[in-house]
Formats: sequence, structure tokens, C-alpha cells
Amino acid sequence: MSSTSVLGGVVRRREDPALIQGRGRYTDDVKLARTAHVAFVRSPYAHATVGAIDTSAATAMEGVVAVYTAADTDHLGPLIAQVPVGALRPLLNNGTVKHVGEAVAMVVAEDPYVAKDAADSVEVDYEPMPAVVDLKQSLSDEVPVHEGASNTLISWVGPFGADEAALAELQAGIEAAKQRDDAVVVSQEMTNQRLIPVPIEPRSVLADYQAGYDRFDIYSSTQIPSALAGAIGKYFGMSMNQVTVKAMEVGGGFGCKLNVYNDEVLVAFASKQLDRPVKWTETRREAANSTIQGRGWVATATVTGTTSGEVLGFELEGIADMGAYSQNFTVAIPFLGLFVGSGQYGFPTYWKMDCVTTHTMTTDAYRGAGRPEAAYYLERIMDMYARRIGMDPAEVRRKNYISSSDFPGAVSPMGFPMDTGDYTTNLDAALEAAGWSDLLAERDAARAEGRHVGVGLATYVEVCGFGPSGLVDLGFSWAEYQMPSAFNGSSLVRVHPDGSATVSIGTGPSGQGHQTTWAQIVGDGLGLEVDRIRVIHGDTEEAPPSIGSFGSRSAAVDGAACYEATGKVRAKAARIAAHMLEASEADIEFADGGAHVAGAPDSSVSWGDIAACAYQPHRLPEGMEGGLEAHAIFSPGNATWPFGTHIAVVEVDPDTGDVDLLRYIGMDDCGNVISPMIVDGQVHGGIAQGIGQAMFEDAVYDADGNLLSGSLVDYILPTAADLPSFELDRTVTPTDVNPLGVKGIGEAGTIGSAQTVVNAVVDALEPLGVTHIDMPLRPRRVWQAIQDARA
Amino acid sequence: MKVSMSVNGRQVSGEAEPRTLLVHFLRESLGLTGTHVGCESSYCGACTISLDGKAVLSCTMLAAQADGADITTVEGLAQDGELHPVQEGFWERHGLQCGFCTPGMIMSAVTLLEENPEPSEEEIRRGIEGNLCRCTGYHNIVQAIEYAGARMRGEEPAPAEWENA
Amino acid sequence: MYPRPFEYVLPSGLDDALDALDANPGAKVLAGGMSLLPMMKMRLLSPEMVVDIGRIAGLDQITDNGDSISIGALVTHSEVAASGLVGEHGAALATAASWTGDRQVRNRGTCCGSMVHADVAADQPAAALALGATMVAASSSGTREIAAADFFVDTLMSALEPNEILTEIRIPKVGAGTGSAYDKLGRRGGHTDYAVAGVAVSVTRSNGSVSAATVAVTGVGNRPVLVGEVADALVGSDGSDAAVEAAAAQATCGIEVLEDLYGSVDYKTHLAQVFAARAVKAALASAA
Repeated sequence: MSSTSVLGGVVRRREDPALIQGRGRYTDDVKLARTAHVAFVRSPYAHATVGAIDTSAATAMEGVVAVYTAADTDHLGPLIAQVPVGALRPLLNNGTVKHVGEAVAMVVAEDPYVAKDAADSVEVDYEPMPAVVDLKQSLSDEVPVHEGASNTLISWVGPFGADEAALAELQAGIEAAKQRDDAVVVSQEMTNQRLIPVPIEPRSVLADYQAGYDRFDIYSSTQIPSALAGAIGKYFGMSMNQVTVKAMEVGGGFGCKLNVYNDEVLVAFASKQLDRPVKWTETRREAANSTIQGRGWVATATVTGTTSGEVLGFELEGIADMGAYSQNFTVAIPFLGLFVGSGQYGFPTYWKMDCVTTHTMTTDAYRGAGRPEAAYYLERIMDMYARRIGMDPAEVRRKNYISSSDFPGAVSPMGFPMDTGDYTTNLDAALEAAGWSDLLAERDAARAEGRHVGVGLATYVEVCGFGPSGLVDLGFSWAEYQMPSAFNGSSLVRVHPDGSATVSIGTGPSGQGHQTTWAQIVGDGLGLEVDRIRVIHGDTEEAPPSIGSFGSRSAAVDGAACYEATGKVRAKAARIAAHMLEASEADIEFADGGAHVAGAPDSSVSWGDIAACAYQPHRLPEGMEGGLEAHAIFSPGNATWPFGTHIAVVEVDPDTGDVDLLRYIGMDDCGNVISPMIVDGQVHGGIAQGIGQAMFEDAVYDADGNLLSGSLVDYILPTAADLPSFELDRTVTPTDVNPLGVKGIGEAGTIGSAQTVVNAVVDALEPLGVTHIDMPLRPRRVWQAIQDARA
Repeated sequence: MKVSMSVNGRQVSGEAEPRTLLVHFLRESLGLTGTHVGCESSYCGACTISLDGKAVLSCTMLAAQADGADITTVEGLAQDGELHPVQEGFWERHGLQCGFCTPGMIMSAVTLLEENPEPSEEEIRRGIEGNLCRCTGYHNIVQAIEYAGARMRGEEPAPAEWENA
Repeated sequence: MYPRPFEYVLPSGLDDALDALDANPGAKVLAGGMSLLPMMKMRLLSPEMVVDIGRIAGLDQITDNGDSISIGALVTHSEVAASGLVGEHGAALATAASWTGDRQVRNRGTCCGSMVHADVAADQPAAALALGATMVAASSSGTREIAAADFFVDTLMSALEPNEILTEIRIPKVGAGTGSAYDKLGRRGGHTDYAVAGVAVSVTRSNGSVSAATVAVTGVGNRPVLVGEVADALVGSDGSDAAVEAAAAQATCGIEVLEDLYGSVDYKTHLAQVFAARAVKAALASAA
């Protein structure tokens, strides 16, 4: 980065003028002539055989264009998945439905109101059967979710790569530690409840099949445009270059738009059948049962340590809920938890999660995806251990961290090489920012007055920014989507003949400010004003294939590709400028919209001059090709491992169980920062979602598989009135796996926060004897925990 | 049935079914797609507009109920190319990420500041509790509204947090 | 998100509205629409006809009748919350209205609509009960007055007949020495969202003791109800904290407490007692 770098500075976001004036274009805003609208007929039962489907009333309704059932679509095959372990979802189901909300028929009409009327008129004979929702019941295989198959799809056991002998030795070592005279063993079963992602924009897809050209335009609210293009092509026997996916503005994703959905395929099918554009936009209650959910673990965490705070072993054993069908990543999500199973610590860790099916909607990636769960169990049990031995929770962490001197080259106890880390510096900065000792003193003073104030701390390490091309060899490939290209970043930078530039990139942002950040990288590299740089993303026609935006990967992977492509363009431009200025290439510097000779600012050429030359090959240095553009594929050597420390202060009203979140302090380390403003914004939102899990959100199913909290009336999201302002700062430990030194930040806030809040609430109630409360810490649960502790 | 209303200072009319929701009339008949639909239970506030000067949910009104009303949507805030101070505040203070809740949030903030020109942080937070945002944790939305309030009172807004860093 | 088709009627006067209701037993009255339209959007309710009373003149006023105040059918929650008259004579209702829904909902939703909807967890019905309100119901055969105590019949069911419109809620004025209050725990904690449990109280003090009291509880059973046992225990007491807490312990007497996502029977029972005590103390403080 140059010394006059715009990186690290603050630039107002380029995407904002449209969005604040209501002129952004989201999928549902797109209107094409002759568009027909879809409504789905969905199962009201969690487990039932489907008998006769009577569509006659719907078909006869004025304005209805077509009604489709599985008989029409089964030839397309089931919904594809990246990790196809377990049963795949039928596009439409006329056999045995496996969760409430499963699509049974699709109605296409001239108008969305009529489509809904017609869908309601479709009569389906269901023969309900017993459902399995409880994870322990599922594990017993008492009721199979899919006839003839075990409910357990896979068990992830860590450390990664350890064989049975090594695992036995590890477990024996931990068992031996438990027998020591100074051993303290703390164990707790905890639930990490299911969540509904709820981006405020519902998912929406508009398919426009153009028979004359045998191609599709697909507008979709997706995080993975290239994969969707590949998938649609695959279903209809087309190449991915016959399908253009446009993900324009995407109104939040948080992982739930990181799937190719059956509705996207079905809408494309209808468009092709009917030879007209077809659109579907989910309703919020429909989304609760047709868009993936997240979390849903029950596990027991055990710490074995000494009375002096040395942890000798950590064990996590539990069950993770996959829902009824495997979609894109489903069974891989707990594996992401395994990656960070030992957190930022160096102690021996044994980790086992059984992935089981239930008669519920599929789970998949929701912000953090496996890592918030892993961090939650680890940091809750570390807190309980600290409490048990009467040690400051910060000191217990400090004693057990992997040392900064172990980097580079540190390998986590789970068997993964980590990039960079300095956990103690980060912890100290957080304690300093929060005024830790004062906080504890204030808490104690409040307690003396009979108030129930608590202070909670948790630290975390994340793994993100996937990642290395070699992941393909671990089975993580997008080949099912006609995308064998794994997780590489990809970017194309082109300088136009007038000296303006376009960067096209395969990311699929949903609010992360890519219009701004990629322009900053290119502008910084070329010394070109940001206003002269156009950014194209989320469009498979314009952008080089990449895998989209998820897993906090865009800056660290595609951003690095953007940086490298920029570097290639600059190198060529430097040769051209040197040729034009009759100077040495080594003396060329870029700034202020052009190039000049170092120490001689008057000896300069503008980007317009350079570009004009580049497009007139006869003026170029001998042997140089015309044009001024470069493509770069970036495959990092490793994922990135951000980390941080969060602290919360709460007060509990023990008469009602009401929790008041008084302060929230976040100290994160995501390496170098391109835009402090955007990074802070990502952390704010991440923390709010973690607090949402800790205090409010809960996807509650009854024993029959009905989702009781499927609308926003009962699925409680935090409002502005429920949250405090956040106090953020950061430490900076650059990564060495990409040239920008950046780590991911999109999920960090969520990974660090839920356990921080729970630790604080338990701290507040420690004098009453409470040691654990399962999330969400709604007043009801908090009050009940107090009663149980008193009993 | 025919409905007529003033939208963003312009008299408009169009055909609507009795059951047509106002938000669909705005989006589909008038092409004003800035007003968004985020839920169906009247909880998210993405569809918030100003109707006769008050923040209301356009998804929880029939178009017929708005016949004769004076409506401002997010598209009508900027005047002669000048952003409304609330829009400016959201831009200056990074009060939006994905932008989907933003039009409703901005309309809620505009009406809040019209009713209470100098709200405390708590009054701002309570004033926008009917607008769900999933991206920002509301932190910078509060900052944005404080910025706008200062501008509308003719005061210099407090510097952004990142300007202090 | 898409209501079923219905016939829409926009009467200009009350008589036309009542005639429409008489002619169509399947009709529903639309005022603010904050309860009706969400149910229609989710197709939980699909009336054949909607009678929009939103443009009937004279229903949008809070009026001073001398010995009582009237809240018309089109008066919104935010107008009730801001009303000086309501604040003076029915603080419990003003507070309950200020905690109903969110700003957008309060700008459209009506106090009368909240009564008619009779949600088990709504705030304002409890206040109407505690304040001894009278519901004025009009039909084509005239008007009748229904005591609030007789109005809330069951879950989402009021005493209003399908051909009636609740045109007015009448609240008796109170003098010095009488105060009212409402307190609750909302679903998301604090005072926001529907009540997990809420208690509205009106008390009168004279000569150092409590001379009159009414206490109503919402959120815990199938409907908001008056709990006479708490009121009886208060009357004649000195209004000390001990007396209040002893009275509040009976907050769910006669109520079949129902569990939901937000509270167990034990928890809701306990909360009703907690908020009965808090509301009584607040009412007593304002009556001083």
C-alpha cells in the first residue's frame, strides 16, 4: 500500500445515494413485461404421505396460467448440494413430505394475489405420520426421518485427521487428567437453539427464459450468482454461459442466500415451459419454513483443569440438527465448528458432533455457521470453570492461550495450521477499553446495594476467508454446480480508453459495501480517483466466475484478487508511462489521476494519456500487446483466523427475569482494515445478531414439527430499543496469507457475542446460585433459573 | 375501483382492487419501488411511509383507505437534487448496509424528527422500534438520526466515531 | 401477504355503516386496521365484506362530557397517549396506549379497535377495566352501553354483536385522591410488545387509607379481567407496601392462567403479582 493510501481511510459508500433515495434495485423491484407470478402449495404436516392432489379448482380460476406438481418436475431430479450427504430435497414432493412448508405444488398466475388464491384452492390428501423433532430422539433412530435410512448422517470427530489410535490416546490422556488430585472437572449440557436468519429482504427470484436465444436471465436475491448460473444450466442441459444471473441489490443474506433453492429452479422451469418471465417472492411466514435455518445443537461441554487455572483437556460431545434434507453445506456446518473447536487455546481437545436429521426445515449456513456454536460451548464452559476455581475469567483465558511466539507456524489442537494471532495483546486491550477492574468494582458495589449486575467476558478465534484451492481435495468443491473451481477469488480490472476503470468481480454482496471497497483497492493501486472506477459484481455475464460472498471471505480472497489484478495493470501502465516520459520504469509513481516521475511531479501523464497510448499499439514499447486490463485468480495459502474479546455488562430484575443490557464492548482483530467505517458496521451488525440469539430469537418447534415462531410476531428480533450503543476498538495483527493483510470480519461479531451476554447474565445471578441458563435469555427462562437455583 | 392521492407532491390516480394493499399500489401501479415489503405481520416497518405527516405502515392499509391522502415516500424526500438531512445523515454516518430497511427507517426518522426535533438517544431508539434492521445493530442508525437532527436544528453534527479514532 | 377478495364499503355516515352490517353478517368493521388487516393478509380471517368507518365524521374526537370523557372509534393509540384529558382521568389508559405496538401502529390503530379485537395480551383493555369504562355500541336498532367488566368475553371475543360498532369508550372523570397506573412486562422485556403480564389499577385514597380500588390483569388468561380479590384487600388498608404486596398476592384469583411461548403458569402467576404490586404503588403515588 502506498503512503497516500486511501486504504484505512474513510470514504462514504458509493452504493448509498441510490439506496437512501429508494432507487436501489432489488429483485422484486424488477418488472419485465408479461411476468407471471408463483405461489407454492406447501405441506401443513411435518411428516405425511401425499395422496391425491386436486388442482382442478386452481386450474379453472381466472388468471391462472399453470399448475405444476412433482409429476411435471421429477425428471429434473432433486435439489443439488455441495456436500451431498443424506437425502436431497425433491423440487416438488408427491411422495412423503418431510417438514412443514415443503413444496407440493406450484401455481403460476397473472398476479400474485390470484396465485395465492389458486394455491389455497389446491386440495391435497395427506396421511400424517409421527414426526421426530427432538435431537436425542432422532439419534435413537426410533422414528426414521427417511424410511430405511439412519437419522445420523455423519459424525464429525476432532482433532481433524486423527486416527482411532490417536483419538483413544487423547481421550485416555484427558481421563487421566481427571484423576489428578488437583483436577477440577466442569461439565454442562447446553442448547444452542435454532435460529431463523431473517434478512429483511425476503428471497425473490425472477426467471426470464428467452426461447429465441435458448438462454436464461435469472434475477435472484442470492449470495452465490455463479453457482446459481451453473446450477440452472445443469438442470436444463445448458452451459453456465447460457445463464446470466443478476444479483443486484441483495437485502441481507447472512448465509441463508448461500444456497441454490428449489424455488429458483422451479421458477426457471416455469419460465421455460411458459415462455415468459416468472417471478416468486417469498412471504415472511413462508420463508420461515422454506429458507434455511441455522444452529440447532445440543451438546455437553467438559473442561478438565487444575485448581490453578491450567486447562488439561476440553471435550465437546453433542448432536446437531440438519433438518429434513441436505442442501448446499448442511452437514459441513458442524465441521466448520470443528475447525475452531479448541478456540484460541492450546489445550488438548476432543470434539464429536453427530449430525442428525429431523422433520424440520433444513439447516445450513447462518452468520458464523458452526463457529458461533463452537465458541459458545467453549467460552461458556471456560467461564464456568473460572467461576468454579474462583479465578478472574480473563486470567483463565490468558493462562491457556496459544502464545503469540508460536506464530507463524502455530497449529491448533484441532489439527489446523493458523495464520497469525496475538491473543494476549487483544485481551489486554479489551480489558483496558472496558476498564475491567473498575467494572468489577462497580459490579460489586451494585451487588452490595442488592442489585443484580453482571459482567461477562468471552474471547474467540474464528476461521474464515476460504480459501485455499486445495479445499477441493477435502471434498469442498462446487463441482455439483458446474463450478469445479473451489473457493478461489477472481477479479478483472480494465482501464478504458478514456482512463476510467472498471473492476468486475465475482462477489455477491448483501450490504458489505463492495462498490466502495473494491474501488478503494483499485483507486489506491492506480492512483485513480474513486469516482472514475466502476465496480461490477453479482452479475455472471459481466464478472469473472467466483463463488460469491459468504464465510467472511470477500476481502481476503476476492479483494486480494482485485489487488493483484490492479498490480498487473499498474505494472503495465508503468512501462507505458516510462516509455512516454522517457524515464526509467522504476521511477514511475502513480498518484492524482496519473503517473509521474519520482521527484519530478511535472513530468507526468494522466491515466487518459496512458490509456490512449495503450489502445494505440503503434505507440507502445516494442513487443507490448495493446489494451490495459488484467485478470487475477487468487488462492490463499490458508484461511484467515481473526480473533477478539467481547465484554458485556447487564442488570437483571430478579422479580421478572428481565435483562437490561447496559454496555457492550468489542475488541476485534481482523488484521489490516481497508475501511474502518465498514468494518465497524460489520461488527455492529454481527454483535446484534449474537445478542439476538442470546436474548430473543428462537425457532420453536412443537413435537409434531410445527414451527411455533414462524412470523415476526413470535420470532423476536432485537429492535433499536433493545440494544445499547456498542463500544468498539480493535487490535491489528495482519495475516500473511494475502497481500492486503486482511482477515474476514463479517461474522466475527456474531461469533464473539452470544456467550459474552450469557456469561454476563450468569455472573449477575451468581449470588443467587445460578450457574447456567439456556438461550434465549428471555425473562421467563431467567426467572425460572433463579427459582430452580433457590429450590 | 379508482383511487386518487397525492404522492410526493404529485396528484396520482389508478385502479385498485378493494384488497390491494397500499404498498402494492405504490410499488406496482405507481412504480415507486423504494417502499419495501419485509414481513406480513406488520412488524418490520420496511414499508413505512409518511401519510398526512405521520409514519404509517403502507402494508397494513388498503389502497382504498389512502384515497385522498397526502403521501410522502422515500423517493419524495430529496428536493431539487438536495438530499433530505436524514438521507444525508444515513450516508455520512454509515446508517445502512444492505439498504432494504433503509427507506422505511428513513421515513420513520423523518417523521420522528418532525415530531421531536431534539430527541435523546433513548427517544430515537424508541422512535424507530417499529423498524427492524438486521445489518447495522442500529448503532449507526442512531448516529445518523443524531446527525440529521443537528443539521435540521442548524447545528454542527458531532464528528463521526471514526473521525475521533 | 395477499388478502382474499372482499367487498369494500365506504359509508359516509354511521347509519349507512350499520345498515351494511345488518345486511351482511359476514362483514367486518375496519377502522385503523392494525389488528384486522394483518389477520387478513395472513388469511387467518377472510371477511366477505369490509366496512371502512374511517371517514365517518365525529368519531375521531376525545371529548369532555362534564362527568366523563369519551374516546371515539377513530381515536388512535398515539392520540390517547398524548391526550391531556386521558392523562388526567385515565393515566393507566394513556400509559397502556403509549406501550401498544410501535409508533407506526400507534399512528393508525385505534383504542376502540383494541377493545373490540380483545387480544388476550393487549394492554388497553386492562386499563379500560380498571378505569370502569363504559363501551358504547351502536346498531341500527339504537345504542347500548356495556360495562367494560362485561365486554371481554373470551379469547379474541368481545360482547359486541356482529351488527354493532363500538363508537365510543366512556371513562368517568376522577377527582383529587384518585389515581391510576398500568405496568407490564412486554414479550421482549421492558414495556415493549404484547404483555406477558400486565396490570392496570385505579385507586382512591381518603383520610390516609384506600377507599376504592379496581385492579385488572391482562396477558395471563383467556381475556383481560378484573380481579376483585386484590381490590377488596386494598380497600380499607393503609396502602403501605406490605398491604399492597399482600393484596397483590391474589392477582390471579379466579383466573385460569394459561401457558404460552412467553411464560409458564407459575411465571405468569408470579408476574401478575409483581406488576399488581408495582401498578398499585404507582397508582397510589399518583393519587397522593
